[in-house]
Amino acid sequence: MIPGAFAYHRPASVKDAVGLLAQLGDEGRALAGGHSLIPMMKLRLATPAHLVDLSGIADLKGIRSDGNDVVIGAMTTQHDLIGSALLGEKIPILREVSLQIADPQVRYLGTLGGNVANGDPGNDMPAAMMCLNATYHVSGKSGERRIAARDFYQGAYFTALETGDVLTAVRVPVPAAGHGYAYEKLKRKIGDYATAAAAVVLTVSGGKVGTCSIGLTNVAETPLWAREAAQILVGSALDAATVKRAAAAAEAITAPASDARGPAQYRTKMAGVMLTRALARAKARARG
Amino acid sequence: MAKIAKSQVSMTVNGKTVEALVEPRTLLIHFLRDQQNITGPHIGCETSHCGACTVDLDGKSVKSCTVFAVQANGADIRTIEGMANADGTLHALQEGFREMHGLQCGFCTPGMIMRAYRLLQENKNPSEEEIRFGISGNLCRCTGYQNIVKAIQYAAAKLSGVQFKEAAE
Amino acid sequence: MNGIAPTSAERAAKLEGMGCKRKRVEDIRFVQGKGNYVDDLKLPGMLYGDFTRSSHGHARIKKIDTSKAAAVPGVVAVLTAETLKTVNLAWMPTLAGDVQMVLADGKVLFQNQEVAFVIAEDRYTAADAADLVEVEYEPLPVNVDPLKAMSAGAPVIREDIKDKTDGAHGKRKHYNHIFSWQAGDKAATDAAFAKADVKIKEMIVYPRVHPCPLETCQCVASFDKIKGELTLWGTFQAPHVIRTVGSLISKIPEHKIHVIAPDIGGGFGNKVGAYSGYICSIVASIVTGRPVKWTEDRIENLSTTAFARDFYMETEIACTKDGKVTGLRCYTIADHGAFDACANATKWPAGLFSIITGSYDFPAAHVLVDGVYTNKAPGGVAYRCSFRVTEAAYAIERAMDIMAQKLGMDPAEFRMKNLIRREQFPYTSATGWQYDSGDYQTALNKAMESVGYRKLREEQKARREAFKRGETRELMGIGVAFFTEIVGAGPSRACDILGIAMFDSAEIRIHPTGSGICRLGTKSQGQGHETTYAQIIATELGLPADSITVEEGNTDTAPYGLGTYGSRSTPVSGAATAMACRKIKAKAQMIAAYMLEVHDDDLEWDVDRFRVKGNPERFKTMTELAWAAYHEVPPGMEPGLEAINYYDPPNFTYPFGAYICVVDVDVDTGATKVRRFYALDDCGTRINPMIIEGQVHGGLTEAFGIAMGQEIHYDADGNVTTASFMDYFLPTAVETPHWETDWTTTPSPHHPIGAKGVGESPNVGGVPCFSNAVNDAFSFLGSTHIQMPHDHWRTWTAAEKLGLHA
Repeated sequence: MIPGAFAYHRPASVKDAVGLLAQLGDEGRALAGGHSLIPMMKLRLATPAHLVDLSGIADLKGIRSDGNDVVIGAMTTQHDLIGSALLGEKIPILREVSLQIADPQVRYLGTLGGNVANGDPGNDMPAAMMCLNATYHVSGKSGERRIAARDFYQGAYFTALETGDVLTAVRVPVPAAGHGYAYEKLKRKIGDYATAAAAVVLTVSGGKVGTCSIGLTNVAETPLWAREAAQILVGSALDAATVKRAAAAAEAITAPASDARGPAQYRTKMAGVMLTRALARAKARARG
Repeated sequence: MAKIAKSQVSMTVNGKTVEALVEPRTLLIHFLRDQQNITGPHIGCETSHCGACTVDLDGKSVKSCTVFAVQANGADIRTIEGMANADGTLHALQEGFREMHGLQCGFCTPGMIMRAYRLLQENKNPSEEEIRFGISGNLCRCTGYQNIVKAIQYAAAKLSGVQFKEAAE
Repeated sequence: MNGIAPTSAERAAKLEGMGCKRKRVEDIRFVQGKGNYVDDLKLPGMLYGDFTRSSHGHARIKKIDTSKAAAVPGVVAVLTAETLKTVNLAWMPTLAGDVQMVLADGKVLFQNQEVAFVIAEDRYTAADAADLVEVEYEPLPVNVDPLKAMSAGAPVIREDIKDKTDGAHGKRKHYNHIFSWQAGDKAATDAAFAKADVKIKEMIVYPRVHPCPLETCQCVASFDKIKGELTLWGTFQAPHVIRTVGSLISKIPEHKIHVIAPDIGGGFGNKVGAYSGYICSIVASIVTGRPVKWTEDRIENLSTTAFARDFYMETEIACTKDGKVTGLRCYTIADHGAFDACANATKWPAGLFSIITGSYDFPAAHVLVDGVYTNKAPGGVAYRCSFRVTEAAYAIERAMDIMAQKLGMDPAEFRMKNLIRREQFPYTSATGWQYDSGDYQTALNKAMESVGYRKLREEQKARREAFKRGETRELMGIGVAFFTEIVGAGPSRACDILGIAMFDSAEIRIHPTGSGICRLGTKSQGQGHETTYAQIIATELGLPADSITVEEGNTDTAPYGLGTYGSRSTPVSGAATAMACRKIKAKAQMIAAYMLEVHDDDLEWDVDRFRVKGNPERFKTMTELAWAAYHEVPPGMEPGLEAINYYDPPNFTYPFGAYICVVDVDVDTGATKVRRFYALDDCGTRINPMIIEGQVHGGLTEAFGIAMGQEIHYDADGNVTTASFMDYFLPTAVETPHWETDWTTTPSPHHPIGAKGVGESPNVGGVPCFSNAVNDAFSFLGSTHIQMPHDHWRTWTAAEKLGLHA
C-alpha cells in the first residue's frame, strides 16, 4: 500500500524533462497520469528513487490536425480523448478503445502517452495504434525522432525508448472517410485488461475489402499487428470462410500468458473470436 | 538512501486553504485522512480498483489513493464533507442515497457520492445504463448497486427540478 | 384543532413500527462522511503496526534478523514469535478448538503468514521497516490439494500436533486430519440406496472464496499501564466474545478490558474471529505503553483472513423411478487451511451442514465430513454462510437438478414433488433438525407464475432447436433453487462458542419524557440495526421509533451477546427486544391500572396506549406512563421503566425461498449474461421491507460474484494467485444483474414476533440458482455437472468438451 521514498521533480519543459531523465538513468521514471506506475509503486514492484512529473509541460497537451494526420499530445487524458470532437469525427475507433480502458476515475487522469509507452501488453491503445499505423514522437538525449508504433514494442515492458527519452506526441493518420472500425474486447468485467481484444480498421468498396488493418491486445508479450490476417481479407467480401482463415492466421501469431483470465489455448481462440466479431461490426459501419 | 526532503504543498479542500509539508511519496488519501482529518474518503484496496477514496479534484473524479499529495499542489478538492448545501441541508445526492436506501455499511458511500456528483455534472439526466457505466470505478459489497442507481436518479431529478418517479419493479 | 382524534391506523403509522419502510437512522452520518470507522480513530501518541509476511507456502524458518528493521528511525519495536513466547502469546486458541500461530514459530504454513510485527511512529515507516526484516527460509514440500492431504507421505502441515491422535472433536486418523463428523442414519441411508430405482452421484465442489468486505480488518489497542486496563477498538462482529477470549489469553481480567466496535464497513463473517493483528497490537501497546493501530491492506485481507467454503462434497441421491427421493448421502472433505480457525459453535465442527436435506422430504440421510489441513490460510466459516449452510444448499440444489435430469423431469416439477408439505410442519428432518414453519408449495408456485416458467421452458426448447440448426450461438439456461436455511444460532443445548451459550440480549430503558435507549449484544456492520430494533420497540411499546436510540458494540455498556453473523440478530436479539418490551409493557400496564383506578385485566392495549375495556375515552399513553414511572408508581413498586432480556432461543429459525434465474450463455466466449433473476424470500414477519430488499440485493450480488468468477486460488507451489482486486472477481454496477424481489410470509411459531432473519438467504439460494442456470444451459447436450465458478474460460471449456466449437 505504501510506496518507497523518492525525490519529486516537476520540469516545465520537454527539454528539462529529457535532461533530468537522462541524468537520472535507471534511478528515474517519468510520471504521466500515474495510474500504471503508482499502483506498481504501492506494491513496491517499482521503486524509482526519482519521479519526473510531466504534468507541468504545456507542450505535451492538446489535440490538433496536421495535414492528413491528427497529432495527440502524450499527456492527453483518456477523458479528453473521449470528449474530442475532432477525434470523434476523424478517428472514432480511439473513443471506442478509450471507453473500455479501466473506469471513469482512471480515465480522468490516465494519459494516452502512458498507455502507449510503458510496454504493458495489457494496455489497449498500443494495438489500436499499430492498427492505425501511428507514429510516436520521441524527444531524447540526441534530439527528436519518430518511431512507428509497429516497430515500437519489443517485449513485455520493453520498448524502443532509451534512457532519457520522453514520448511527446502520437501522430495518427486519419483513416479514409467511410472506413469501418471496431475494437472488440473480451474481459472478465468492465475495466479489466483484455482476455483478448482486436482492433480493426477497414475500407470497403463495391462490397469488397479495399484496405484492412488488425491489432491484437494482450495475447502475446507485445501488442500484435496481424499483417497476414489482414492480407487474407483484402479483396474479399468478408465471407464466413475467408474470415475464418483470417482468424486462424491471427491465432497463429498469438502467444498469450496463462493467467486467471484463462489458459493460453483459450485466449488464443478468443483472439480469433474477437477478431471475427470486430470484423462484423467494422463491416456494418463501413460505407462503400 | 538519504532522507528525502519534504515538500510544501498548498491546496483548497472543501473551500478551505490547506498548507502542509509532505513527503513526496505521501498519497493524497493519507494526506487527507491522516494529516487533515478528512476521514470521509476511505481506503478499500491498494490496487486502485475500489474507488472508496474518490474525491473531486479540479472538476475530475479522482482516486485519491493513486495521486501523490505533491501532484495535487494548487488543486481544488471536494470531498463528501463538502457536499452539504451552503445552508447546511443535504445535497440532493446525500438525500437520494437515504431516500432510496442506497447504502448499508456506508464505507463506499463517500466515494460513490463524490463520483455521482461529477457524473451528474457530466450528464444531467443519465440513463440507468449510463449510471452503471458511470460508477463502474466504485465497488460496493452491500447494496448490489440497484438502489444506488435509484439514488442517483432521484438526485438527477431533484437537481433538474423534476419529481422523481421510481420505475415499477 | 379540528377535534377529530387520529385513528388507530393513523397512530400506528406515525410510530414507524414493524412493517414499514422506515428510512435509516445511520444514513444521516454516513452520507455526510461522518461515520466512525476504526481507521478514523486517532489517539495521542498512537503508533502503527505492520507485518512482515512469508513469501513461501511452507518452509522452515532458519533465521529472522530484525536488526535492520529496528534500526530505521521511527521504529519503536519489532515483535517475532520469540518475543511473544515471553508472554505466552506466540500461539492463540481458535474458536474451533485448535491453536494457531500468532507469529510464525519455527515454520510458516501458508503464503503471507505473519512472521514479524513492526511498530513505528507512522504508517510509512512501519511499511519500510517491515520490508527490512530478513528471513531465511528452508522451503518444504507444499500441499494445497485437500483430496491429497490424508495420503501416505503427504507433507506434514502441523508438526505441533503430529502425534496427537485426540483432536478437539474426536479421533484424528492422519497427521493432516482435523476431525470427522457425521449426522443422520447411515444404516437406513445405505438401505435406501441399496434398493433404489435410480441413483445419482456427483463430486460437487464449492471453491474457496472470501467475504471481502470493503473495509479490511483493523484495530487500535491502547493499554493503560497505570490502570492496568486495555481498550481495544476493532472491526469486531462479536465484541463481547473478543473481550472474553482476549481476557482468557492475555490474563487481563475481563472487567479491565473495554472492547469497542464502532462503525464497521461490512463484515460478512470476515470479522468474527481474532487475528494476529489484534494480538500483536495488544502486545505492542503493552510493551510500548502507547496506543497501537493496525490496519491490513487488501492483499493481506484476501490471503490471510477468514476465507469461506473449500468443500469437496461427494453427493448422492436415491430416488424412486417416478421421482420421489428416498435417500441422501454426502461425504465431504473440508479444507481448513493450516489451522482450524473456523468460527463454528463448539459442537459443530462442520457447522450446520446437516441441513443438507434442504426443502425436501428425505426419509433417510447420512452426511460425513472430514476436515483436513493444507498449506493455505486458516478459517472456513464466513461469507453469509450461516455456518456451512451455503455449502449444504449448493450440494442439494445441484444434486436435485442432476437427479431431475437423469429422470427426465423438469427441475421445478421434481422439486415440487418432493417439497416438504405444509401439513408436515413442524418438520423433523432425517438429520434431526426441527423446521419451524413453511409453506413451500405456495412459494414455488408463486415464483413459477411470476416468471412465467412454462413459457420460459417453451422458449428454451425453441432456442435449443435453433442452436442445433446453427441459427444461434447462445444457449438459454433456467436456474431453479428452493432453499431452506437454518439460522438464529442458537439454543444453548446445541450452541456455544468456547463454552458461552449462544443466547443474545436487549436492554431497554425508557426515560421520563417517553423516549428511550436500547442496547444489544449484536453488532451491525451495515444491516441497519439502529433503524430496525427501534421499529420492533415502536410496535411493542407504542413509542415512535424516532424516540428510541439503539446502541451496540461497546462491551462496557451493552449487555452480553454473541454478535452478528449467521443471520442471528433478528431471531435472537430481535426476540430479546420483544421480550424486554413485554416486561416493560407489563409494568406499564400495572401503572396504568393504578392511575385509572381499575384492575389490570380491565385494560386493553391499543397501538400506543392502555385503555379501559368498554370505555375507550379513558386511557393512558405509554408516554404518560413513562412519566408516571418516574413520578408516582403504585405503592410497593420500584420506580423506573426498563428491562433486560437474555434470550435463549428454543429453536433455530428456518427462512426459505424460491429463486428462478434466466441466463444466455455465449458458447463461443463462455460469457454468461443474466437475463433475469427473481427471488422470493420468506423470512417470516418482515420488520422493514426496504432493508429486507437491500439485504437480498446485496446477498444476490455476492452470490453472483461467487457463482460467476470468485475463487481464492493456490498454485501447486502454494502461491495464492487471486489475492487482489486485479483478479478477485467483485462485480461492478455494469455486470451486476437487475434483481426482482418478492415474498411470502410464514411466521416462525416459536419467535415472539414471528421473524426469522434474512441476511444470508440470498447467498444461500443465489449461488445454486446461478450455477443451476449455467448447468441447465448445457444439460440437453448430456452435461451433468459443470463446476463453479462459471467464469468465461471454464464455461467455454465445458462447451469445448461437448464438441460445440467444431
